[in-house]
Amino acid sequence: MNASEFEFLKKFLKERSGLVLSNDKQYLVESRLLPIARNAKLETLSNLIQTLQRPGNRKLETDVVEAMTTNESFFFRDKTPFEHFNETMLPALLQSRASQRTLKIWCAAASTGQEPYSLAICIKEAAAKLGGWRTRIIGTDLSQEVLEKAKAGLYSQFEVQRGLPIQMLLKYFEQKGDMWQISPALRAMVEWRQLNLLENFNHLGEFDILFCRNVLIYFDQPTKIEVLNRLAKMIPEDGYLVLGAAETVVGLTDAFKPVPEKRGLFQRKPSGASATVSRPAFAASSLGTR
Amino acid sequence: MKQCLVVDDSSVIRKVARRILEDMNFEIAEAEDGQQALDHCRKSMPDAILLDWNMPVMDGLEFLTSLRNEEGGERPVVVFCTTENDVAHIARAIRAGANEYIMKPFDREIVEAKFQEVGLI
Repeated sequence: MNASEFEFLKKFLKERSGLVLSNDKQYLVESRLLPIARNAKLETLSNLIQTLQRPGNRKLETDVVEAMTTNESFFFRDKTPFEHFNETMLPALLQSRASQRTLKIWCAAASTGQEPYSLAICIKEAAAKLGGWRTRIIGTDLSQEVLEKAKAGLYSQFEVQRGLPIQMLLKYFEQKGDMWQISPALRAMVEWRQLNLLENFNHLGEFDILFCRNVLIYFDQPTKIEVLNRLAKMIPEDGYLVLGAAETVVGLTDAFKPVPEKRGLFQRKPSGASATVSRPAFAASSLGTR
Repeated sequence: MKQCLVVDDSSVIRKVARRILEDMNFEIAEAEDGQQALDHCRKSMPDAILLDWNMPVMDGLEFLTSLRNEEGGERPVVVFCTTENDVAHIARAIRAGANEYIMKPFDREIVEAKFQEVGLI
């Protein structure tokens, strides 16, 4: 793959998915795209990119975007966000939504489903407090292929052993040959939709909690700002946004404020605060929790 | 430094496990079957035990049952590590007092994840 082909790939991925491919990611391109090339009976990455440059290869275009944007995922990945869910978000929303008794969660990079299912497990574990509540989890991802896997809820022995306590495996999975499948009750708790965050997503409605971990890192600054401000419109006052541990909204938008001492957790600003490009966070009216 | 007793009749598995656990800062002792493991525990109770199921002389489940009846035998964190990967075996191990369960084949990531799960690292 020569420099102009790499440039083409960068531009192609930016346009299609928002993914910003830095020049040090050649290795990633090789490891992710060589299998795609082979599948398409193309011998080299150069052949693959030349094929992409010609119009009318929709299947190949989709495969390339999906291969480059898919992340590996574990159950209860990073632990902390799920502690935030159990200890901070759920108790607060149990109070503030007590009259409606509904809880809506959106996982915006659901990948192969581990994150939405981990949240479904958290909700099941909190069943005693959620009696009579309607909970809805929506998992979206750019890739239709990973969503098919998510929907099936079938995981290998390796996948169920990272992050998932053995008691949870016994309680919420069924053994299917060499694989383990999420129980029907949990599968029924999650809806799946194919969705590109660069496109309009207003039709999804409003969400009390939005998990959007390690997605914005692929976008450049203006795209991050634009996506964050549109996401903010989906979350009511006092709703929550969960980002990856290394991500922040500070310097990007005023629509959310960091929840003190809770890494990766942000709360929608009370009314009056507009979703515009930000001032520094310390200029925000209130940094305390409600 | 925390001690971990690796109990497996396969010297290859013991070696692989030792390498992974030493990198995680454990001091390693080895036993080839349940009886050797029990003898070791009576002399010196480890912090953690990585335990195979099928072994000659005394198997892992029998060892675990005996261990939990020993004085101080409730203390070690026991992580089964076995090719027995069906629900019935896992449930029996948990009832007998296992803290976690690894289904072979395992790798470094799984051992780390499971040891983290039970608060050993």
